[in-house]
Amino acid sequence: MESLATLAALAAVAVLGMVIYSVARRGAPALSLDLFTKLPGVDPFGRPTGGIENSIVGTVVITGVATAIAVPVGVLVAIYNAEFASPRVADAVRLLLNLLAGVPTIVLGVFMFGLLVIGRGQNAFAGSCGLAMVIVPVIARSTEEVLALVPSSLREGSMALGASRSRTMLTVVLPTAVGGIVTGTIIAVARAAGETAPLLFTTALFASAVSFDPRQALGSLPLVIFFDSEQPSQFAQQQAWAAALVLMVVVLVGAIAGRLLSLRTRRQIEKAR
Amino acid sequence: MRHVNEPEQTKPPAAPRARTQSKLAELASSHGDAPQSGREAVFELDGVSVSYSGDMAIRDVSLTVHRHLVTAFIGPSGCGKTTLLRTLNRMNDLISGASVTGTVRYHGHDLNASGVDAVEVRRRIGMVFQRPNPFPKSIFDNVAFGLRIHGMKDGLHDRVERALTHAALWDEVKDRLKSSALSLSGGQQQRLCIARAIAVQPDVILMDEPASALDPIATQRIEDLVQTLKDEYTIVIVTHNMQQAARVADMTAFFSVDVDDSGDRCGLLVEYAATSELFVRPSDARTEAYVTGRFG
Repeated sequence: MESLATLAALAAVAVLGMVIYSVARRGAPALSLDLFTKLPGVDPFGRPTGGIENSIVGTVVITGVATAIAVPVGVLVAIYNAEFASPRVADAVRLLLNLLAGVPTIVLGVFMFGLLVIGRGQNAFAGSCGLAMVIVPVIARSTEEVLALVPSSLREGSMALGASRSRTMLTVVLPTAVGGIVTGTIIAVARAAGETAPLLFTTALFASAVSFDPRQALGSLPLVIFFDSEQPSQFAQQQAWAAALVLMVVVLVGAIAGRLLSLRTRRQIEKAR
Repeated sequence: MRHVNEPEQTKPPAAPRARTQSKLAELASSHGDAPQSGREAVFELDGVSVSYSGDMAIRDVSLTVHRHLVTAFIGPSGCGKTTLLRTLNRMNDLISGASVTGTVRYHGHDLNASGVDAVEVRRRIGMVFQRPNPFPKSIFDNVAFGLRIHGMKDGLHDRVERALTHAALWDEVKDRLKSSALSLSGGQQQRLCIARAIAVQPDVILMDEPASALDPIATQRIEDLVQTLKDEYTIVIVTHNMQQAARVADMTAFFSVDVDDSGDRCGLLVEYAATSELFVRPSDARTEAYVTGRFG
């Protein structure tokens, strides 16, 4: 039993290592300044050239808008659950959030297509909304965990001074928990940055131009990987690997930074106990 | 004035243990025989019972808390003394399933009447908890917290300084008001919590075993502070430390635990009297047993 379990654990670690290694090996040669600063184009012989600047900007805009939507919603859901809902309602909300987190992202994509794309054309905002639906459960869950860590003695101290529940939330509980909320958000956003399916129907027909306007379809790293890897051109395939490497680094750095920050916050909150 | 609830019927008071009794008696006698005479009533409790989700924690308490005195609630753990203290500023409202019956009058007004604003109640009736619970903010912001909530922002700095001075903490922190309250020692944190409570100029301060988490020196500073604060505030203090009650309290209420046939435990008030009276000439055998150290 023990040896089997050890083997499984080693295999899991090995798979991560292999993924990182193969993406880095194939993506690294294609990394260049051009990748980040040039737009995709076609040379006089019809071969793809240039970089993926528009898609990098697009990913930043799409996940940025998604975060701006998801953070307030996720945090408010967590506050409702942790502070205001009866235990039964809170359990139900938690269950539904888990279900939402389990909905296949392609389904969210189709849903957003029906809701925000039909009749309007593709737009990055619809993609952001799809991503927000991916992030909200993650942020709500991690925020609720941090709120539960905030010692009730602080809440009582604040209420005993005559602060209302909402005031206590805003001036004592949230500031104490803010580190943990930021952490959860970073992890969620890092994950969302790599989501492909919600963008496929909503913001895949993008122009080769840098734009910050979420009302248009914008490029994104996951879709660059998706489309370029299918092209016959060797250059395009290399660019797909490079985009994969960039995306992977962003996600890994986000996840690791999130974990480190979360350890720090937990220690700080424990000091306040 | 003496309140005796269900006097013990069985055995007569046993001969007290001489040494404990005399030490406590000596401490207790310093408070005078009738400190409450002629003083205005701040709290009048009449038949107060508290239950949590149907389980009675303390039942049928009637007593009067007098202005500018220190009133101590003593008794073994589980006797409901903290529960009773929390009815005095409606902190039990915050616990779902808690219900209070009977009346708690504060300067003649029913605290639990509809239309009574819990926020205003808690501004007038401050509370200090068992473990120091400063907010993870700066020392200054901790004291300013209540002032900001209640819009008492004019002369904020002066008010903070006054509160800290009152709590005998100003000299220790005046050069580092901006540093985190969590950097203070436990005793300093507790005095900060007292400063935080008195900054909003309450009428009453409730203290729930305020020194139980502190070392003897810090404890003594808190006790000294209680003595100076009672000139301006009415203080109700819960303690399981009889010597502390004998040292600081003018009036003492002794609570005990009653176990019924089905094994349910419920607190009740046994005896309420001037501290000098209760420790020197307890009228109930259970009080006698407790203060002489034979029980609890």
